[in-house]
Amino acid sequence: MRALIVDDSRATRAVLRRLLHGLSFDGIAEAGDGRQALEELSANGPADVALVDWNMPVMDGLEFVSRVRSDTANDVMRIVMVTTEADADHMVSALEAGADEYAMKPFTAAVIRDKLALLGVV
Amino acid sequence: MMGSPDPSTSEFVRRLVHERSAIVIDASKDYLVQSRLAPVARDAGLGGVDGLVEHLRRQPASPLRDVVVDAMTTNETSFFRDAAQWEALATHVLPELIERRRAQRTLTLWSAACSSGQEPYSIAMLMADRFPRVVAEWNVRIVASDLSAEMLGRAAAGRYSQLEVNRGLPAPYLVRYFRQVSGQWEVRDEVRQLVEFRALNLVEPWPGLPPVDVLCMRNVLIYFDAMTKRRVLSRVHDVLRPDGHLMLGTAESTLYSDERFRRVEFGRATTYQRRTA
Repeated sequence: MRALIVDDSRATRAVLRRLLHGLSFDGIAEAGDGRQALEELSANGPADVALVDWNMPVMDGLEFVSRVRSDTANDVMRIVMVTTEADADHMVSALEAGADEYAMKPFTAAVIRDKLALLGVV
Repeated sequence: MMGSPDPSTSEFVRRLVHERSAIVIDASKDYLVQSRLAPVARDAGLGGVDGLVEHLRRQPASPLRDVVVDAMTTNETSFFRDAAQWEALATHVLPELIERRRAQRTLTLWSAACSSGQEPYSIAMLMADRFPRVVAEWNVRIVASDLSAEMLGRAAAGRYSQLEVNRGLPAPYLVRYFRQVSGQWEVRDEVRQLVEFRALNLVEPWPGLPPVDVLCMRNVLIYFDAMTKRRVLSRVHDVLRPDGHLMLGTAESTLYSDERFRRVEFGRATTYQRRTA
């Protein structure tokens, strides 16, 4: 299984990487903003799942999700927003843009595992 | 400093919990006595768990007795815990039961030991989302019971922290079936009114329960000794419809307790049905 972690915090990326590694993901790519993440996708194709922060410099998570979903080649990739934005309006916007799941920070390992299980990824 | 309680304190608590709930707390779980009862002792101004137990020894009828049992018997729970079982419920068990009940148009689901309510609300949300016409037009009863009055109160209130709704609950359900109220998430009335809450001790008689189509009794039997487990399963057998399904926790089994049930496999999920005579 391959995953893409998109978050401008190196510490958060490291936590998520460890967590995904423990769930038997073998290819784990990282990006610090939406623009880098799009470049990663065009270089290596869609992952099985992307964990995407909302607030990032250059290109935020919502715009990244919209762009990903405008290309049907990425339909296979499940997207989980992982963000401090914790209100229903943000959630609705993300789901409408094409995110499949939404986890609020702070999260525990069980939260991410549950979300991936809901999407049938683990 | 958080000292360990006196061994006789732990022994007293284990005996009290067993007497009141038939739940067996293994001596290896003595750490729970400290972690769960220290806040109770503090709130009651009794200076530690040893002081709390001393109070209960002197006043056996103290209202704190039930508070202590509550605190010791509350289980970890989350929305849609064990995804495979919910998938089996949504795609196999419920569609099949709904087909069989077309004439009666009645469906009864029971969440036994519902704790803080995540399980019965998961059932209600699943029904509302996947089978809206059945919910609207049939007599659908979702009964949620628990031993603990405090837990039932929490469950009926239907308010959850961000951490609780983050676990297991699909985001589309969160935005559709909850509303945010001062930092918490509250189950909307359309879901809450589908669930009826009642106090029920599984080791005492179960008065007034209708025949049940789906009975969720997950992660409850593991706390009972063998004899209590057999007694409870025998009552389950009586209350479950012949084609109804019993759902247990993933680590539980009726196998060695009651031969009158058979396992039914749905992929990675298992349910139990009464054996036909």
